[in-house]
This record gives sequence, C-alpha cells and structure tokens, in this order.
Amino acid sequence: MTAVTAPTSVPGVRARGFARRNPTLVLGIVLLVLIVLVALAAPWLAPAPGDAGTATHPFNVLTDPSSAHPFGTDLVGRDLLTRVMYGARISLRIVVEVLLIAGVVGIPLGLIAGYFRGRVDQVIMRITDVFLAFPALLLSLAIAFVLTPSVQNMTIAIAVTWWPWYTRLVRGEAASIATRPYIESCRVLGVSHARILARHILPNSITPVLVQMSMDAGGILLTAASISFLGLGAQDPTPEWGLIVSQGAQYFATQWWFVTFAGLAILFTAIAFNLIGDGIREMLDPRRVVSR
Amino acid sequence: MIRYAAERLGLGVLVVVGVVVLTFLIARVIPGDPAVTYAGPRASKAQLEHVRKQLGLERPVIVQLGDYLKGIATGDWGTSYRTKRPVLSDLRTALPASVELVTAGLILALLVGLPLGLISARFHGRLPDVLIRIASVIGVSMPVFWAALILQLVFAQKLGWLPAAGEYDPNLYYTSPLTSYIQMPTVDALITGNFAVLKSSISHLVLPAAVVALYPAGLLARMVRASVLDTLGETHIRMTRSLGFGDRAIYGRWALRPAMNPVIQVTALVFAYSLANTFLVEAVFDWPGLGSYAANSLQALDTPAIVGVTLIVAIVYVVLNLLVDIAQAAIDPRIRLR
Repeated sequence: MTAVTAPTSVPGVRARGFARRNPTLVLGIVLLVLIVLVALAAPWLAPAPGDAGTATHPFNVLTDPSSAHPFGTDLVGRDLLTRVMYGARISLRIVVEVLLIAGVVGIPLGLIAGYFRGRVDQVIMRITDVFLAFPALLLSLAIAFVLTPSVQNMTIAIAVTWWPWYTRLVRGEAASIATRPYIESCRVLGVSHARILARHILPNSITPVLVQMSMDAGGILLTAASISFLGLGAQDPTPEWGLIVSQGAQYFATQWWFVTFAGLAILFTAIAFNLIGDGIREMLDPRRVVSR
Repeated sequence: MIRYAAERLGLGVLVVVGVVVLTFLIARVIPGDPAVTYAGPRASKAQLEHVRKQLGLERPVIVQLGDYLKGIATGDWGTSYRTKRPVLSDLRTALPASVELVTAGLILALLVGLPLGLISARFHGRLPDVLIRIASVIGVSMPVFWAALILQLVFAQKLGWLPAAGEYDPNLYYTSPLTSYIQMPTVDALITGNFAVLKSSISHLVLPAAVVALYPAGLLARMVRASVLDTLGETHIRMTRSLGFGDRAIYGRWALRPAMNPVIQVTALVFAYSLANTFLVEAVFDWPGLGSYAANSLQALDTPAIVGVTLIVAIVYVVLNLLVDIAQAAIDPRIRLR
C-alpha cells in the first residue's frame, strides 16, 4: 500500500523528474506554449489591435519605445508590439499548414514506394531526388517568385519543397516493415493492399516522420520569414515578422527597435521549435545512454 | 570502385536533367501565362505578343521543353532583363564572390563547430555541454538576414571595428590595383602578392562570413557531439582508455576520426545551403555575388536570371553530393556495397 503513496508517484515530482531528464524539451515546450498563448490572445493582449491591419497614424511615425508603445512604432505609426503579437498567428499557421500539406502528400507516396517497390518506387524516388537537389530556401523562393506574393502562396511554395523528405523517410521504414512475416501472412489471408498499408505499415512507420517534422518546424519558420524578407511572401499590411524586419532594415541605424523585436520574435520561436525537436529525438533515441 | 563511381555519375546526370525540367515547369508552366511573368505586369499587348513569339509559346509544351534543354546544354541560358547580358556570363562573374564568401564562412564554422562539439561531448551533461548546446541551438535558429543587420550595426556602425560593406576598400583601386584572375579578391591578392588588398579584403570578409557561419557552426557542433558520444561507447575506445591513453588522444584521435565522415558529408551539403542563404546576407553587406544578383533580380522580376541562379546552385549541389559519395566510397569500401 505504501507504494501508492511513494514520492515517485506524486504527479508533481514525476513532472520534475521528466524535466530534469529532458531539460531542452521542457524549456522548448514552455517557450512554445507562451508563444501560442500570445498568438491566441493577441486580440485581447495587444494594445492596438487595429494596427495589425491597415490603420495608419501619420503623427506617430517611428516613435521610440515608450510605455504607450513598448516596441516603438513603424513607418506608418503602427504599434509594433501589436504587430509582433499578431505575427505569431501568421508564423505558427504557416508552420502547421506546411507540415500538414507536406505530410499528406509525402507520407502516402512514401508508403506506396516502400510497399510496392519496383517501378513505382523508382519513379517516386527519382522525383524526390530532383526536389532534394535544391536547398529548400532556393526552390521555395523560385516557386514563390512565379506565384503572386501572399502568405498562402508562400505556404504552398514551401510545402512543395518539403514533402520529399517525408516520402524518403517513410519509404525506408515501409520497405523494411513490408518484408516482415506478419505482413506476408496478411497477404496470404487476402487482406487488401489498402488495408495493410493503412492498418499495419502506416502506424509502424510514422514515428520517425513525426520526429523529423518536429525538427523541421524551426526551419520552415525561418524559410517563411526569409521569403517574406525578400518580398515574395507576406505583403503589407500583414504583420509578418520577416516582412517587418525588411520594412525596418533601411531605418536600422537610427530606429533600432523597428528591426530588433520582430527579429527576436523569429529567433525565439525558432529556438522553441528546435529545442522541442531536439528533445523529442533525444527522448526516443535508445543510444542516448552513454556508457562511461 | 569505378563501377560505383559510374553509377553515381549516371544518377547525377539524371538528377541534373530533372532539375532543368523542374525549373522549366516553374518558369513556363506554373504561371498561367508565362509571357506575363517574362514581360512583367506592365507590358503592352504588342510586347506580350513579342515575348510569346520569342519564347515560342505557341508551340506544344514538349517542343518548348526540348528547346529549353538544348539551350541549357549548349550554354544559352537566356538574357537577363535587368543587365541585358547573357545570364550565364552574369553568373560567371557573380559565382566566384559567393564561393569565396561561403568558403570563408564554412572554414570559420569548422574552426568553431568542431572544437565546440568535442568539448560538449567531453563534458557531456555538465555545464560546458549545456552552454555549448544552447549556443548551437541559437546558431541554427538565427534568422540570418536579421543577424546580418545586427552584426553590421554593432561592429561596423557603432563600434567601427570592421568595414560595413563591399569586398575591399575602393581607394585601393588606384593605390594598389588588383589583377583579377578568378574574381575572388582574397585569392587574387594572395596570388599577385598584393598585401594591401589582401588585408582589406579579409577585414571585409569577417562580418558576412560570420553570418554565413552561424548555421553550419551550430549544425556541426551538434553533429560532432552526437557522433563522438556514439563512438565513445564502442569497444575500441574502452580499449584505448584501459591502455592508459589520455583524453587528448582519445577525443582528438580515436573518437573524432569516425565522426569525420558525416562531418565531411554535412559540410558539402551545407555549402549549397549557404549559397542559397547568401541571398539574405549579400544584399545587406553589398557583396557582389550570387546573392546580391538574385536579390536584385527578384526586385526586377527578372525571370531568366532567377531561373539561372536556381539552376546553378542546384547543379553545384548535385556535383558536390556526387563528389562526396565517391570520396566516401573510396575511403570506406563498405559504402560501395550498400
């Protein structure tokens, strides 16, 4: 009976133990939760919600940080704190959407390639080779360049460059699972290919993809900010962080706040994602225990 | 070995053809009317008609693709709208400056990343490890365009320690003119013994190279740490330890060497990644390379130039990958059998 009330089973203690074993993961989650909360509560937290849109204040242009405008104002007098808060909504949405699209396209293709092998496999893999021959930023930029610049088109452009990674990863897993005896017995029993793929191969090959996705989130965030910085993503008045930095770049020597806070927002969000990605990988990595 | 190399080469050629086809799809097929993309949104009807004829858009897509492939193969990469010069000759002048910058950045990244990774592994779980891991996460999370602006403001404009922009001091054009062989001032100055330019160009390189180095340094530190920790658990390390070898020999020689293979591979891959990242760095530092060329072309809606830059970087990437594969197979015979 004493075992039930032993200290190890008290939730708080257990959580502390988890935090001590996975410090980066917990730090990342805390950071990300804060950012998500700010994004969700932006309409209530932001000092001037109208400034996230088309509002302009000609008498308030480029003012220093003050109690009224803690992050200062931009070149048309909009409150930068408001814009940075609303920016979290845009950046987080881009990351989630890119991961969703890339997963929905990439994972089934990888399953098919790994399960059926043969010519289908060859064709799908050669196509991914071509996509993977471009640094992600470069290919997304080229695609964003021929589309009309907008957040939505930028999301599509990044997703188009991202799916092959997941196809590759899933294919490797699926190919090794497809040769296992229990899959063979499924086939002998007359289970359909679709059912085998959905019920047996997919659940057993999905973990590495989810880990990879958590590690990619930071990269997607930076890619999106970079595309917007170069003018091919979000357009004014969208309060996107990369766009804010590019708007502030020419005022940087004299109005430091314009660029600084939006850049810090990108940095901290990317750090949060990367800490989580690292933490998850390390938690699942069996080689983590080093014999010393 | 030769058979393996030939196989990889064949695959490489196939990928390059695929890359060219993909750029064709991006430039000619994704946009509803490619003539508009090429001529710009303000073009008149007559201009559009002219562009359509020039690009041969009235012919079937497959014929157009054939012509496009032939053009790329024979060195006709189109003419830039902005510079009015052949794209390929523009690239030939822009690429060396970027290669110089990225090479300097990667050397810096290796000099910083390798020791940090080793120290991190040596002090696994202790304070130096924690600090280095935090630093490397910051390195890979840094928006490079923002880091470029901040470093320029702090070290060039506020502190005045380093020059803010350019390849070397323009005053030296007259006092000690540089004979350019390969369009890389640092290397050209070294070859011709022009030490005034050499000194100036190195000081101009520091800031942009540091920005380029951020991501690779963080990545390398993390990788070296992980693979050294992996090797430390292996029996040959226990053996050396039990034989009484010190840390320096164990970490510097036996633990680091197996970790070098992935390091070489990542360095090669990150080279092309950094070439694309110069799009965000060069414009800030006014560095006359591929990145500035691309940024200006993006502004000018210069489609042939953008397609050219995309192609050249992808080709560099494929070639580097191929070289790494072959080099690794030459070093480690097990790879050939996979």
